[in-house]
Amino acid sequence: MSEEKHNGIDVAYVANLARMSLTEYEIEKFQSQLDQIVGYVEKIGELDLDGVEPSSRMRSLNNVYRKDELRDSLSHDKAMANAPEELNGLFKVPKIVE
Amino acid sequence: MFDIKNLDITGALVLLDSGEITSVGLTQALIDLIKAEDSKYNAYLTLDEEYALAQAAGADAKRAAGETGKLLGIPVAIKDVLNVEGQVCTCGSKILEGYVSPYDATAIAKLRAAGAIFLGRTNMDEFAMGSTTENSAFQVTKNPCNTDYVPGGSSGGSAAAVGAGLAIAALGTDTGGSIRQPACFCGCVGLKPSYGRVSRFGLTAYCSSFDQAGPMTKTVKDAALLLEVMAGVDEYDASSAPVDVPEYTKHLTGDLTGMTIGIPKEYFIDGIDPEVSRTVKAAIDKCAELGAEIKDISLPLTDYAIATYYIIATAEASTNLARFDGVRYGARAEGATDPIDLYKKTKAAGFGEEVKRRIILGTYVLSSGYYDAYYGSAQKARTLIMQEFDKAFEDCDAMITPISPVPGYKIGENENDPLKMYLGDIFTVTANLAGICGLSVPYGKKDDLSIGVQILGPAFKEENILKIGDALERK
Repeated sequence: MSEEKHNGIDVAYVANLARMSLTEYEIEKFQSQLDQIVGYVEKIGELDLDGVEPSSRMRSLNNVYRKDELRDSLSHDKAMANAPEELNGLFKVPKIVE
Repeated sequence: MFDIKNLDITGALVLLDSGEITSVGLTQALIDLIKAEDSKYNAYLTLDEEYALAQAAGADAKRAAGETGKLLGIPVAIKDVLNVEGQVCTCGSKILEGYVSPYDATAIAKLRAAGAIFLGRTNMDEFAMGSTTENSAFQVTKNPCNTDYVPGGSSGGSAAAVGAGLAIAALGTDTGGSIRQPACFCGCVGLKPSYGRVSRFGLTAYCSSFDQAGPMTKTVKDAALLLEVMAGVDEYDASSAPVDVPEYTKHLTGDLTGMTIGIPKEYFIDGIDPEVSRTVKAAIDKCAELGAEIKDISLPLTDYAIATYYIIATAEASTNLARFDGVRYGARAEGATDPIDLYKKTKAAGFGEEVKRRIILGTYVLSSGYYDAYYGSAQKARTLIMQEFDKAFEDCDAMITPISPVPGYKIGENENDPLKMYLGDIFTVTANLAGICGLSVPYGKKDDLSIGVQILGPAFKEENILKIGDALERK
């Protein structure tokens, strides 16, 4: 971990990055809990990690290939079955462009 | 008449094969029992009587026609995170209330092909985030050993169902101990397979690089049997491993001669309940008596496991759960003015507190300026932890450790102290970090509460830990 000291987690700012609204009560509660948790996980800064490869994948192959061929997949009806709002067989969402 | 509460898969198959019972009779008896008694435990979220009885009738017809199957006619309870086509799958969350799975998870499809019956969905911590099942959006499950206590989590519904005799066997999932710890608390057997052993296709993702589905059963033999059916490479999960699946049940000989069992000293720290320590010690002594060589070993990085785990797990959770945005499936918040507003309001209304907390932490450790210090470092720390286990397993075939520092938590005991709750996972998260396998076997008691021991094995050596677990069970 770098030497610079973090100012800690800004819950309201991060909630916006996560595209998730929080109530004032939640922000306040999470702020103190997450300050504590972030303080704890900073422990990994004690490890000497120079030259260590990050493990982005677990114990499996690096790449798995298959032929690029057309196959059956989920039917349109099944894919739409759980849609919260549907219009003409499409997912309906709020207006994106004016 | 058969004793349904104590019936295991092996016993049920004998009764089915001899014609003493039918699958319809067995399934109906279980449904009646659940209806009569589950109000004490709240293990099940939903029962699907019609679905299960139709499947059971099909199994009976197959058996009458001379067909066989490793699980033909056996009802299995399923944690509400594994998709069964045509059944509800909520993941314990309001955001997926009413969601109906459009397809089978691969593990489910394999069970189905072997003849299993899917009679109901068990309660869990929302999106498998928790160690008590109190984070379910729907109900609080109680420990059948003592209903003032939690069943553990996140697979607490499956553990309580098996522990109370309201399921013959169940499936759970384990991302940081979520099969092993509740099995320990509820007095049943729980197996977390090695990463890649069982396909994750159709297992709603929490932390994709740790999640594994596995059996929760009354006996080690049943766990071995279920793993035989579930395991194997799957073209729908590129992280599933092309490693042959042994006949695990053939390894259960009861003789541990020639095996070396490592005892990692870092798992025997101050603060462990004395009864937990005594139980683990007794299991180690028993293994020695059965012919195993016991060896003291050291895993110095254990102290960094919780920090590494919670950085990686929450980082992956924050990305995996971004899909619940109210567009394609799940609950959608009312009154959104634009898409961003829709995502924000949908998540605010649909997720519970622990899920929100982990999304915030995960987003933070991945955010610009902090990524290297947290997520990047944790990925490197994980490499070191994997290497440490691999090296330790050069000198032993398995390890024996405690599962939880305490024999249980009272309902409500850990509310509002998430860090304390996270620290309770210290003995289980390491297996997920290292991608190895782990088994929880009941071996002791403290008053009413059950205490299990954990047997850890090298990656893809489930036969080692099943053999030891089975030998301990024969005490």
